[in-house]
This record gives sequence, C-alpha cells and structure tokens, in this order.
Amino acid sequence: MPALLELQGITKVYRMGDVDVPALKGVSLTVEKGDFVAIMGASGSGKSTLMNIIGCLDRPSAGRYLLDGRDVSNLSRAELARTRNTLLGFVFQSFNLLARTSATENVELPLVYAGVASAERRTRAEEALTKVGLGTRLDHHPAQLSGGQQQRVAIARALVNRPQLLLADEPTGALDSATSLEVMALLQGLGDQGITVVMVTHEPDIAAYAQRVLVMKDGLVTSDTRQRPKRAGAEAA
Amino acid sequence: MSPLQIIRVAVRALLRNTLRSFLTALGIIIGVAAVIAMVAIGEGAKREVEETFAAMGTNLLIVMSGSNTSGGARGGFGSQPTLTFDDLKAMQQEVSSVSLAAPVLRLNAQLQSEDQNWMTTVQGTTPDYLQIRRWKASSGAVLTPSDNDSRAKVVLLGQTAAEKLFGGGDPLGQLVRIKGVPFQVIGVLEKKGQSPNGQDYDDVALVPLSTFRERLQPSLGNFIPGVIFVSVRSSGETGKAQRQLTDLLRDRHRLGARAEDDFSIRNLQETANAQQQGADTLSALLASIAAVSLLVGGIGIMNIMLVSVTERTREIGIRMAIGATPLQIMAQFLAESLALALVGGLVGVALGTGIAQLLSDKMGWTVVMRADIALVATLFSGLVGVGFGLYPAQKAARMDPITALRFE
Repeated sequence: MPALLELQGITKVYRMGDVDVPALKGVSLTVEKGDFVAIMGASGSGKSTLMNIIGCLDRPSAGRYLLDGRDVSNLSRAELARTRNTLLGFVFQSFNLLARTSATENVELPLVYAGVASAERRTRAEEALTKVGLGTRLDHHPAQLSGGQQQRVAIARALVNRPQLLLADEPTGALDSATSLEVMALLQGLGDQGITVVMVTHEPDIAAYAQRVLVMKDGLVTSDTRQRPKRAGAEAA
Repeated sequence: MSPLQIIRVAVRALLRNTLRSFLTALGIIIGVAAVIAMVAIGEGAKREVEETFAAMGTNLLIVMSGSNTSGGARGGFGSQPTLTFDDLKAMQQEVSSVSLAAPVLRLNAQLQSEDQNWMTTVQGTTPDYLQIRRWKASSGAVLTPSDNDSRAKVVLLGQTAAEKLFGGGDPLGQLVRIKGVPFQVIGVLEKKGQSPNGQDYDDVALVPLSTFRERLQPSLGNFIPGVIFVSVRSSGETGKAQRQLTDLLRDRHRLGARAEDDFSIRNLQETANAQQQGADTLSALLASIAAVSLLVGGIGIMNIMLVSVTERTREIGIRMAIGATPLQIMAQFLAESLALALVGGLVGVALGTGIAQLLSDKMGWTVVMRADIALVATLFSGLVGVGFGLYPAQKAARMDPITALRFE
C-alpha cells in the first residue's frame, strides 16, 4: 500500500515568553492509505500537537511532512486551508457544528468553500447524511439532535468532500458507550472505502477499534503496535 | 465561494441577531437621513435666495442720490437729490454697458377707490422699469411710452394694492383717486412676492413718470430724489457698468479727486452672490455635521463587528478547519458590515426624504431633493461599512484555527 502520510523528523517548539517549550522532539511516521491509527498518550505528551500538524492546522518548526506525496510543511495559510478542504476531514470531541444551522447546511459547509454549486451541494450533503443514518433529520438543528446524532452530522460533514484522511480528536469523548460504538463502527467502515483515519484518544477501549496504536510521551512516539481491531459493527448491529 | 453565497451567509448571520443588527444600522440610518434632510434644507435655502433675487430682476444696478450734510448731521443716501434727469439721459446714451435705465419716484399716498381706501407707495416711472424688473401685467395693459408722453392719468396696481382697494372685484377701468386726482386703472401687475428684507413688492401703484411729476409732486424740478434702476447688458458686466457709471456721474457732478461720491450705486448681483455664498456655506455646514454623524455610525458598526468576531471565534475556527481561507473569512465579515451599512444607507435615504417632505408639507419650508446626493450618501455609507469593517474582518481572518477552535 502507498503511504498517505510521511512525517520525517517533525519537531514543534512553542515559545512561552523567553522559554522555548518543545512539544514534538522529532517524530517520524508513515501511515498507509486505508489504515486506522489511534494515537494515545497523556495530556502534554504532544499528541494534540502532532494531530494539528497532520491536520494542516499548524506547521512544524522543523522536519518534512508529505501528505499524499506533496510537501505541506511550508505552505501558506491559504494553501493549508485549501489542503484541509480537499484532502482532510475533521471530527472533534465537542462536535463543533454551527448552531442554529440545519444538519444539511452544516454538512454543505466544506462544499461551500470548495466552490461547489448549490444544487450539487445539497444532493451530496443529503447523501452523506443518509450514509450516517440521518436521512430523516436533514433539517434538524444541532440543538434538536442527540450527542451521537450530532457527531454523525460532524462525520458526514468531514466526509462530504471525499477526503483522503479523516482526523478524529477524541471523537467519543462526549458520548455514552452505546453511541460511542455507533461512531466507531462508522469510522471502521471508512477503511474499506480507502479513507485513512487518524484518531487521538486517551481511552484504551476506544483505541482497541484501531488497526494500529501509537503511544506518545514527552514529544516522541514511544510505542507503535499493530493489532487485530475489535469489531464495532457486529456489536452495534 | 461566489459573491452571492457570501452575501447570503452575511445576511443570515445578521438576521440571527435582528435587534442588534437593527441598532447597529440605526447609526448609519440616522447619519444618512441627516445628510439627506440637511442637504435638502440647505438646497431649499439656496433656491429661496435665488428666487428672491430673480424676482428683483437680474443684472441690476440701483443708483441713488447722495447724502446732505446740515449742521454737522449727515443724512442718508437719497436725502439730498443730486441726480438729475440730464444725468439719466447721459446714463442711457453714453454708457455702453447699460441697456436700460429707469427712474423711480416714490410717494406714500392714500388711494381711494369707490368704497375703499388704502395707503400705499405710488411710484412714477417709465415703461423701461417694468422691462428691467421683468414685470408683466396679469390683467389689462402695462404703461406705454405714449402714456408718458400724454401725461395720462392711468395707474397700474400691484396685486396687494388691487386687492385692498377692490376686494374680489375687477379693478380694470375703475377710477382711483390719488391725492384727489382721479386715475384710471389700466392693469394689474402679476405677483412678485417679497424683497430680501421682507418688503411686499405687490403693495404698489405705478403711474407714468410725467404724470407723477406734473400732478403728484410738482416741486421736484429737474432732480430725481428717488432711485434709478439700471439694467446691464450681461451679468458679467455689472462691475464694469458700476465703474463706468461712477466715472460718468463724478464727471458730470464735477467732483474733485478727493471728494466723496454724491451718489451711490448698489450692485444687486454682488448682494445676490454674497447671499448665495451664505446659503452655500450653510449647506456645507449642515452637510458636514450630518457627515460626522455618519462617521459615528461607522464607529458603531466597527464596535459591533469586533464584538461579533470575538463572539464567533469558535465559528471562525470551525470554518477555517473545514477549509475556509483567511480571505474567505475576511470577505464574510466585510460582507456583513457592508450589508449593515448599505441597508442602513438605503433606509436612511428613505427616512431623510420623508423628513424633508414632512418639513415641506407641514412647515412650508422650501426643500430641494437631489438624487445625486442620495446616491453619494448611499455609496458613502457603503464605504463607511467597508472602511470600518476592515479591521474586525482582518482580525477574524488572522485568527489561528487551533486557538479559535478551543475558544469557549
């Protein structure tokens, strides 16, 4: 399988006043297309920083980051935005949907910035929502949806522009175990469609659904194991 | 992202907080309404001045006799008759820039019709006077040279005098007694309105100059105690005519180089220009005060947009994570402030027009609506929206998506 992500000696240093605080101390990592990777670690281990760099929300202080064969370590803010729009999808712990905006319109948002015409936007947004099982709640606002449903809207939004990579930051952190399972089943299904998933979590139960688990400590990857993932689909069904 | 899409998103964001959007736009609404109403009033004042001077006659010089000095007390202009009918003839014939000159002799007298009487100003003058003042009869005839030659006992009444003497009745052909002498009414003059200092032009009775001198004020001899109205060939020549007349009269009156003029010449064009300038200044002053309030409206927009950007930090973070470029974020917030200002501007134009109309209808003020000012005010309010929206929009566009996403 070709590599989708290739990180070479990535470091990130934050300046806090006069002190340089290293968050990443040289991470090298390759992730193949279709893989499902969980990144674990205590808070302050650098997992969020790594996630931000992989997600093109932040630039590394040093090192090279190839995304889908292209060096993205030194792109401008606008180019990073376009990269996020076309190659990446985000799922957050707190869903981050726009309030007072219908599910369909939330899902349409990435397509708006991609310049997709209105009619096609609507069709694709409705398709994406149907795929995550919300075909009957297209016009509901986030406040009218349960947590699990909101996270599924967020997943639909992350997938609507057909990204290569889905980044999930504690996607089940705000959900109960039953709905967590539904979300994990959705994420596991993505590998079959060739979409790579990178997920940050601190819960071993959740990491168990991934195919590969990275553990971080003090800005370095300290363990990298492949495992036979627990299947969420069967239990959810 | 198409412009239409940007506007749609902006309008939705504004409608989400209708009251706040309205209050923010109110600053612009009031500013633009003030500009529109003030300019309408200023322009109205200008037009009133113009009309007043147009009523007096254009390209007009007024020549008056000088002052007398007796026992150290100096009288005003006209207190000592120095102008003669020979002077008048010279003015008419020797000054190239003068097209017409007409003397006006005045006398206050009690006029008597069959059943009314009325104190008014009787003026003895020539047919040229009516031409200089561009004054026509609304009914009947005007004075003719032959009336003057034959010393006809005929009178032309101003609107006010005619009304006071004859009420609603037809004055034509009726007799009016002036100092006991019967005059026949040959015509009524059309309405002229008021002079700049509020004197009623229409409270007047005109008789032929020759009749006036023979019947009403026989003691004058060759002197003209009243004024001479002079019409200049073109408005650009009033200054020249004034100089030429001064030279002529000083020469004729044999005044030495050091002697003061024993006459005075008033240049109404200059007075008109001065008044016009006064009205222009008023207009500019009103408009600039109004423009300041528009600026204050702009500051209001900036203030609210800054609050809005801070409040929506998380939304900005989400949009950025999803792929909005800094430029797209900036366009969105600029569109919001522009929409606020433009809608405010349009409502302001409507409101200002309404206020001006109300002042005109209820208070009788002269107002002049100018479409170009409405257009400029609307465009300017749009400019204010963009200008004051720029900083908040930049602030939004420069946000770091990670920090913005974490914002609670």
